[in-house]
Amino acid sequence: MNTIDKLFTKKSQQVLAVYITAGYPALHSLPDVIDALQDAGVDLIEVGMPFSDPMADGEVIQQSSGVALKNGMNMRLMFEQLQEIKSSVRVPLVLMGYLNPVLSFGMENFLRSAASAGVSGIILPDLPPEVYEAEYRPFFEQYGLHKIFLVTPSTSDERIVYLASLSGGFLYAVAEAGVTGAQTAHSEKRTAYLKRVRKLAGNLPVLAGFGIHNYHTFSAVCEVTHGAITGSAFIRALAHESELRGSVNDFIQRLKYQTDDSTVAK
Amino acid sequence: MQTLPQPTENGYYGKFGGAFIPELLRANVEELRRNYLAILNDQSFCREFDELLRDYVGRPTPLYEARRLSALLGFRVFLKREDLCHTGAHKINNAVGQILLAKRLGKTRIIAETGAGQHGVATATVCALAGLECVVYMGATDIERQAPNVGRMKLLGAKVVPVHSGSATLKDATNEAIRDWIAHAADTHYIIGSVVGPHPYPDLVARLQSVISREIRTQLKAQTGQALPDAVVACVGGGSNAAGAFYHFLDEPTVKLFAVEAAGEGIHTSRSAATTVLGSPGVIHGSYTLLMQDEYGQITEPHSISAGLDYPGIGPLHAALSANGRATFLAATDEEALQAASLLMHTEGIIPALETAHALAALHRLPLPAQATVVLNLSGRGDKDLSTYLTHLAQ
Repeated sequence: MNTIDKLFTKKSQQVLAVYITAGYPALHSLPDVIDALQDAGVDLIEVGMPFSDPMADGEVIQQSSGVALKNGMNMRLMFEQLQEIKSSVRVPLVLMGYLNPVLSFGMENFLRSAASAGVSGIILPDLPPEVYEAEYRPFFEQYGLHKIFLVTPSTSDERIVYLASLSGGFLYAVAEAGVTGAQTAHSEKRTAYLKRVRKLAGNLPVLAGFGIHNYHTFSAVCEVTHGAITGSAFIRALAHESELRGSVNDFIQRLKYQTDDSTVAK
Repeated sequence: MQTLPQPTENGYYGKFGGAFIPELLRANVEELRRNYLAILNDQSFCREFDELLRDYVGRPTPLYEARRLSALLGFRVFLKREDLCHTGAHKINNAVGQILLAKRLGKTRIIAETGAGQHGVATATVCALAGLECVVYMGATDIERQAPNVGRMKLLGAKVVPVHSGSATLKDATNEAIRDWIAHAADTHYIIGSVVGPHPYPDLVARLQSVISREIRTQLKAQTGQALPDAVVACVGGGSNAAGAFYHFLDEPTVKLFAVEAAGEGIHTSRSAATTVLGSPGVIHGSYTLLMQDEYGQITEPHSISAGLDYPGIGPLHAALSANGRATFLAATDEEALQAASLLMHTEGIIPALETAHALAALHRLPLPAQATVVLNLSGRGDKDLSTYLTHLAQ
């Protein structure tokens, strides 16, 4: 059984997924960040594969990608790092990145390497579902990897059903119009949209992402979804290498539990 | 297979093209895809577009026989004078068409990316004409080297947003414009300046620029009695002026097509922008096409003395023309372009844009018989490049 499916059979509320860019803040940070995240009680980790031209990402993730590339991160090294910590990883890993580096690596080679490194799901925002269906779906199935699609507030009902039917593990509901790290939308509208997505997704779990940056936003979307993904806010909170573990743990505790300063949104 | 230049319904030219866009962009691109052909074929659109091209842009632009240049080269060279368009380059053709399209889509805000600034100026111009808000994204590096165009955009009422991410040039400006569009789907139209980006942009821009080759055919016939030239030459960055100049000749196999890319400091140096030579297939700005990338699929920084050719990709139509051999791709270095520009200044009294100078630089290398008739698309004028010319060419 895919580890994402296993996660959702055990837990269907307040699932916390965290995005981290491979190679950020330092070239070899990824194993430490993953370890710190799972120790802090995170349920799922989304590993970002840095790209030179991340058009769906806001400033924070763009910058972390730029730093990671400058540090020397690349696909081969990322897989090596994941391979080394494979036996100690206890939470499902999802890879998120753009299509061009994957095509350059070779789609099948990429999926084989991902499966062998213990990855359970793949998010490629610029791979259209129609192309996925026509060309790549059998490879994902062959390697037991879930393809996770995104839906947005402007996605039609019919298309949400279609995207949910192609997705495995969970459906990624973009909670805000805009790129990652953008402002929080009006909460009533967001709640109605997330309810709609849940209904249309049927049995497929729904995680909300974009704009999840503190206890308030996390718990608000969790009332309607199975959980949420946080990215830009986490990257922003990551401290320098030497204090990595502490900064990871602080951020996660502030997101999961209401603390005095949790209402002070960044 | 489809007949070029029309792509398939999903926007493919051979294996190139398509719409590799995140779901976040889908609503915007779909709205455009569903409507663009109906609008472009609508009578009121055609009438308004033709009128503006005539009375505002100054079309038809002359087809001028460059006799002194021809004498030096040994074949007849005709220059299609897009440099005489309002705002100084062919970019205005597309901008006029897209602003009319945007109004019909009910959009109230316009965004654009720009490299050399010609497309930014053209967009700022048509926004002023239509009374629409205009935001132009421009790489910080380009803002520095194309100062006159930045000033023009500001005078025309556009907001010029400097882009510092990546290499702070055209590709980064394009990323930023896309991000803006994602955040402002409902009220904003994105006027892409070249035959790049997700379907339907390459087809939309090619159609709006195709007026160039339509006029060439009519004018050449009237001036020489020849129905067709032996060759058409144009420079290629993303490829909009070349797409316009080639469009109505693609189905005429006797017409040789030459696309000239920027070799920068030389194809075999690390500072070049010759995409068909140095690039490989991949996805850039929503299109599967040829692009310059490293061994890990990271998009690399091109280099050209010309900001308008400084783009690491090429439109999917051109990728297909390169792959199937319909067009011959050549490259000219920074230095060759400067010398060719100088030659045109001295033989014909025309100061061309640095982009166009690359096409001029390839003329003497064309494998053509004596007395051949060649049309070169003089895509823009050199006003914006004066400081570069003065630095490199003045005594």
